Order: sequence, then structure tokens, then C-alpha cells
Amino acid sequence: MEFATGSSPHKIGPQNVTRVMGMVLLALVPGTLAMWWYFGWGVLINLMIAVTAAVVAEAAVMSLRGRDARPVLLDLSAVVTAWLLALALPPLLPWWQTVLGSMFAIVVVKQLFGGIGYNPFNPAMAGYVLLLVSFPVTMTRWLPPDVVSGQALSLADSLHIIFSGTPPLGQTWDTLSSATPLDQMRSELSENRMISEIRQSPLWGDFGGRGWEWIGNWFLLGGLFLLWRRVINWRIPASMLGSLLLVSGLFWAIDPETHPFPAFHLFSGAAILGAFFIATDPVSASTTPKGQLIYGALIGLFVFIIRTWGGYPDAVAFSVLLLNMAAPTIDYYTQPRVFGQRKHDDA
Amino acid sequence: MAEPRNIWTFRGGLHLDDHKAVSTGRTIEPASIPERLVLPLQQHIGQAAEVLVKPGDPVGKGQLIARASDYVSASIHAPTSGKIVAVEQRPVAHPSGLSDHCIIMDSDGEDTWGELPPAWPDYTERSAAELRERIRWAGVVGLGGAVFPTAVKVNTSGQRAIDTLIINGAECEPYISCDDALMRAHPEDILDGIAILRHIIGAHECLIGIEDNKPEAIEALRHAIETRGERDIEVVVVPTLYPSGGEKQLIKLLTGREVPTNSLPASVGVLCQNVATAVTVANAVLHGRPLIERIVTVTGQGIRQPGNYRALIGTSADRLVAKAGGYSEHIHQLIFGGPMMGFSLRSDQVPITKATNCLLAASQAEAPNNDPERPCIRCGECARVCPVQLLPQQMLWHTRAHDFDKVQDFHLFECIECGCCAYVCPSHIPLVQYYRFAKTAIWTQEREREKSDLARRRHEARQTRLERIEAERKARLRKKKEALEKKPAAQDDDPKKAAIEAAMQRVAAKKAAQQNPEPAGKD
Ligand code: SF4
Ligand code: SF4
Repeated sequence: MEFATGSSPHKIGPQNVTRVMGMVLLALVPGTLAMWWYFGWGVLINLMIAVTAAVVAEAAVMSLRGRDARPVLLDLSAVVTAWLLALALPPLLPWWQTVLGSMFAIVVVKQLFGGIGYNPFNPAMAGYVLLLVSFPVTMTRWLPPDVVSGQALSLADSLHIIFSGTPPLGQTWDTLSSATPLDQMRSELSENRMISEIRQSPLWGDFGGRGWEWIGNWFLLGGLFLLWRRVINWRIPASMLGSLLLVSGLFWAIDPETHPFPAFHLFSGAAILGAFFIATDPVSASTTPKGQLIYGALIGLFVFIIRTWGGYPDAVAFSVLLLNMAAPTIDYYTQPRVFGQRKHDDA
Repeated sequence: MAEPRNIWTFRGGLHLDDHKAVSTGRTIEPASIPERLVLPLQQHIGQAAEVLVKPGDPVGKGQLIARASDYVSASIHAPTSGKIVAVEQRPVAHPSGLSDHCIIMDSDGEDTWGELPPAWPDYTERSAAELRERIRWAGVVGLGGAVFPTAVKVNTSGQRAIDTLIINGAECEPYISCDDALMRAHPEDILDGIAILRHIIGAHECLIGIEDNKPEAIEALRHAIETRGERDIEVVVVPTLYPSGGEKQLIKLLTGREVPTNSLPASVGVLCQNVATAVTVANAVLHGRPLIERIVTVTGQGIRQPGNYRALIGTSADRLVAKAGGYSEHIHQLIFGGPMMGFSLRSDQVPITKATNCLLAASQAEAPNNDPERPCIRCGECARVCPVQLLPQQMLWHTRAHDFDKVQDFHLFECIECGCCAYVCPSHIPLVQYYRFAKTAIWTQEREREKSDLARRRHEARQTRLERIEAERKARLRKKKEALEKKPAAQDDDPKKAAIEAAMQRVAAKKAAQQNPEPAGKD
């Protein structure tokens, strides 16, 4: 009798990439629904466009390479990338810009570097930055949350705006859109207004931008789910949010009228989403335990620096990309001590 | 009872389903005597044993038929009485299905003992050297799977004094339960072995490490210790966490001491032996009996009557399977050892050896054929579970790039091939296979280098020989010349000869220069 053969370990665990990515998608659902609630249909339309573009792009690259696209698509990583990108986009972005960003993320940032596992940069954030520098006007044209504007765009209106690129009849971009809380904070601070004054605006809620703060909470929920399921570990989110809190707290303590309070930093932009879903993207992050702490802490620090003194609306994307570049070096210098290795004989 | 002892921890490791209950249910089945036995000369780490018999020789049970050929080697004895049939290549249990030299014998069914050395119930009168010699004679090797010759391991002279003897009863790998069965059934023999080992190495204290999923074994040993009034022997219960039975991991758990990289446990004052090895030592010393049988766990969904079976070394695996009721319809893979570290066999026509702790007849579900490998997503799970704190992902990376120096920088050779990393990898990368490949490649490189070193040395030796010959020849010539010069002009009619000689000398010098491009003067 001949038996099948294989190499040890003969039994492997239940985990696989599709499951990991599926769990990430699941964890994104509450925050995404919250965004839809506050910002309307545009959020979901963006999502559909981005995901479709990513999947089509990935399938095309695979078939150009003469490889089977199915297993690659089934690992869902392209969907995760597109989804994260979509969440970072303004809800009424012209459709073709979304397509462009999504395809750039998949084709250039991911596949040209060799596919999943080989991309040194986070594809979603690279796609976002490409769009931001190419289309600064549309990319900063955010909607006010429905709770603030008191009106919601219908699905038909949203589709019309996204696919035609023009506001519906009788409306202008000025009446439709508004700055994000982060933008507003920055521009008003630059006009030397006091924070207590700025916070009078209806854009502000209890501890962050109105609407935004709740979205942050829902993403936090998803992030905790990922922690609980051990899809991510605590190091990067904790160190990133921790350092952001610490630095912003320090400046706020020094001068609370020109530096926003720490919770503002956590709950007004993409900080929570970034900490749990973007900075933790394993492929481009640091992988050693100590390295992850450094990696996260530096992202948090850069987020604060760029938000406070930089010229761009949100800083998470830039900070993550910046640290992506440093990750291999961080890993190299933070190798854990091997069992039995004496403290001083590290080569 | 004594207050619970402090247990240390090691990082990493896995909680696995132990699947042990299926095989621990029944008592150990006694061995039966097969008509034919196949005894590989290499069942241990070190040099193959040297054959002492030839076809046609009658042998008694326990007779030495192949002796340790080197310091690190182990003897082999006839497991029953009978006749030697052949000494030839036979398929053996090996990951790549190789054949190896084996002694083949037929049993006569009498099972009569041959001549044995005297029993030494009074072993305390014997010196450590005498006892080591006895263990060496008995062919005792580590039965936990390492099969390192025990006589060598217990020779701790010239090393740091050993203060602690650790007996490994952790048996952390799923499915395997032969040590559990042994501890339940023969705790006394284990204590005998411990006493002898302590006498040899002079360890003051003995700790028996057992995972907490074996309450009966723990109880049996504790009871035996109490009834015998043994002192300084303690059963220490460790949490069930694979691979707690790894030598360095167990030492850390029990003593908090970390065996340094590239070092033996002796460097932290510890000697580690498996429970079954202790029993074999007791047999060798107290009864003068060699290692000729062992307990094998035969288990898995592919077997009808899972359990623990005694088997004579050399029994064919298929015979043992037959004894366990044969295969069930679920049989898919036959694994020598456990699911984490064992290797799969193509055929069951191979002998049980001293290394065989388990025959796992696995179903498709128990040992799925390796899934297609996907790209590494750098999730770091592998590093989280590695009990040695290695960076499996980086080692994978450099192995793929064939950058073997780098792999070694990442401590490849500290990898114990426990399989934890591959078990958790979401991309189903057979990481351990990569590490084995890298290790083999490095060994091959080293051997090549040694070979070329050897070749260079040979070349150099040849050069010096040639130089010496040349020098001698020149000396002879000089003497001759001198002799010629001394002779009066009687032979001055021979300028031709001198010219020829001079020319020959020039040619020889040129030749020597060509053959010896390296500057001379090296010794
Ligand atoms: S577990 Fe697998 S996928 Fe994750 S880092 Fe290790 S090798 Fe890569
Ligand atoms: S097989 Fe080697 S690298 Fe993998 S977990 Fe075990 S010791 Fe670590």
C-alpha cells in the first residue's frame, strides 16, 4: 500500500489569508455604515466604484501575466485595499478619480512590486496621496455631516453628482460642501482665532467633529473586534494613538487656545481608522514587537506634526507612507533576542 | 504535599488539541515476536554500528550483533533468538524513503536469552565509568525522539557540575501517549532509572516535568515517590503548551534557566533524559538487559484499535498496524512520529526503530495534503508563536534568496523544527521545509568546503613531497658532482654527460616551478 506523503507539520491551523481579510472587511462594516449615515449615499457609491475598479484591475494584471486570477482575487486583499481607499475619499468625488486611485493602488503599488506581500507601501494610502496631489480641489471638497447641514442628498442626486461631476440643479459646490473639521480647525487657527471661538461652529460635537466622532467610535469597535480575533495585535494601534495623545496633550497643556485638545486629534480625522486598519497592514508595517511600538509611535508623532504644521488636510496617509519606508530598517534594528542568546553577544 | 513549585514560562508555543485519549484508553499491549526482524545499523545519532555477525550465525536474545563503532554511536542487539539471514540494504523509515544497511534475522520462536552481563542491583558500588560502559553496551539512546547515545550524554566530566537531573515526561506532541502509558504503568522503573542516573552524574535534585493533561501519570509517579520515600525527586506539572517537551523549553519551564545558543544543557548545570530512556537505563544496569524493545503509540483515525503497543525493535510497521486492528477506511498518510514533527512514509514495509515513538495513521482531515502556498503577507504570526524567538519570516525570505549567510545570522540552527510557525501561517507556507532545505544546503556547502580544504591539503602535501624528492635528488647530484670533481682528470673525456646532466637539472627545476605556482616556504 502506498501512502500520501507531505512534510511536517502535517496538520496546520485553521487560519488563511481569505479569512484574515474577510475579518478585516467585517470589522470595517460598522464604521462604514456610520459614514453612510452621516455623509449619505456617496460613501457607498465610492465603495462600489473603488472595489469594482480594484477587482477588474487585479484580474487584468493577472491575466496579462498569464496567471490564474481566481486565487489572487479570492484572498480579498484587493477588496480591502479598495475599501480603505474609498473610506478616505470625499463622498462626492467624480467617479473616474476614484477609479484612477483604486487602479493605481492595485496595479502600480501592489502588483508592480510583485503582488500581495511584496509591496513596500500601503496601496490604499498611496492611491489616496496620488489623488490628493493630482486633484487637490475635488479631494478636499467634503460634505458636512447630515446632522450639521440638516439635509441629505438623495441616492439619485448623489449618483448624478458623482457621475456627472456637477452639482444638482439649483445648487453650487459652495452650498453643498464644507471643510472637514480638521481643515476648518487649521484654516481658522491660521487666522489666529481662539479654539474656544472656533468650537462655537456647529461642525463641532462633544469631543471631535460632529458626526466624525461617532464614526471614529464605530471604527474603534471594529478595531477591537480585530484585536479580539487576533487578526491584529495591540502594539501598532496602541503606540500610534498613545503617541498622538501624548504629543497633542503636551502642546494642549502648554497652550490650549492654539492647540486643539487631544480627543480632537483622535476623533476628527482618520486617526482611529488609520491606527486599527491602515497602519496595521502587515505587509508594509514593521513586524518585530519592539519595532511595531516604534513604528506606531512615530506614525502618531508625524500625524501630529503634519496636522499642526504641514500643508495637507489629513496626515495619516503621509505618516503611514513615511514609516513604510522606514519599516525594514526598524525591523533590522529591533530583532528580538533569540532564546538563550546572551544580552551582549548580538552580532 | 509540598507547596506548588514556581513554574517559569517560555515565549511562543501553541495550544493544540492533544488527541491523546484515543490511545491511552487501554493498557500497554505486550510485544509479539515476528518471524523476521530488520535491524538498521543506524538508528541513532552518530556513526552506524559495526556488524559482528554474518548470515547463518545463530543468535540468542539480547546478543550483541553490531557494536558502537565510535564514541558517538550505539550498539544493536538481537531482539529475540534466531538466525541471521542477511546483512544488506533495506528500506528504512526515512523522510526521503532511503534504504540503509540492516541486519536481517529470522526468529526461532524460542525467545531464549543469550549470554548477558551480570545484573547489578548493587550499582552504587560501581563507578560512574563502569555504569556508563554498561549503558553503552546496552545501546541506550534517547527514546523521546532524539536518539542521541545516552552513554555520551551522561558523560559530563569536564563540564560544569550537574546539579539538576530533569526527566522529560512532558510528551507535548499531539496523539503520542507512549510516555504517558509508561509513567502510568511503570513509575517504579522510572524511579530506578533516575536513581542510577543521579548516581552517575551526581545531580543533587531531580525534577520530572509532565504536562497537566496527564493526571494519571502525575498521580502514579507522585504515589511511587511517596511510597519509596524518595527525596529530592519532584513531579512538576507544566501547562499543556506545545512544545513544552522541547529540551530547552522544558529546562526553562522547570528551572527558569535558559540554555545559551549553541550550548548544551550541561552549561546551565542540567541534564535532561526522557522517561523511557530512564527505564532502559534501569534495565541495563539492574538486569543486564539491552535495549531491544520499546513502546509505540499506534493511533489516528486511520487505525482500528488505537493504543500503545510494545514492539521489538526491527518489527515491520505493517505488522504493528495489523496488531492494532489494521487500517480503517480513513487512512490517508502514515506518519512516523507525531503530526507536528514526524515524517510521512510511502510504505509501511519499514522496521520500527529505537526512534519510533508513534505510528500515526492519519486521515485526510488529520493530515491534509499541504495546501497551495500563498505569498507571505508578513503578518508576524510565525514570530509570535516561535518558542525560540526566531524570525521565521526573515529566515524564509533569505532562504528563498539562497542567502545562507543571512539565514544563519537569523539563527537558523537554533530552529528546533517544531512546526509552530508553519501551523499558524495564514498563507500556508511550509516554513519548516524551507528551513530543512537551508540547513541541508549549508551542510552540503560545508562538506564541499571541507572537501576542497582536504583537496588543498593533499595538494600541498604532494607539493612538499615533490620538493623533498627534488631536494634529495639535487643533493645526490651535488654529491656525485663533488665525487666527480674529486676524481682526477680520468673522466674529463665526458663533457657530454655533464652537459646532459646540467640540461636535465634545468628541465627539472622548470618543471618544479610550474607544478608549484605558490611561493615555497610554507610548511
Ligand atoms: S505567518 Fe506566514 S504569512 Fe505571516 S509573516 Fe509568517 S510566513 Fe509570512
Ligand atoms: S520550526 Fe523553527 S522557526 Fe518555526 S516555530 Fe519552530 S523553532 Fe521557530
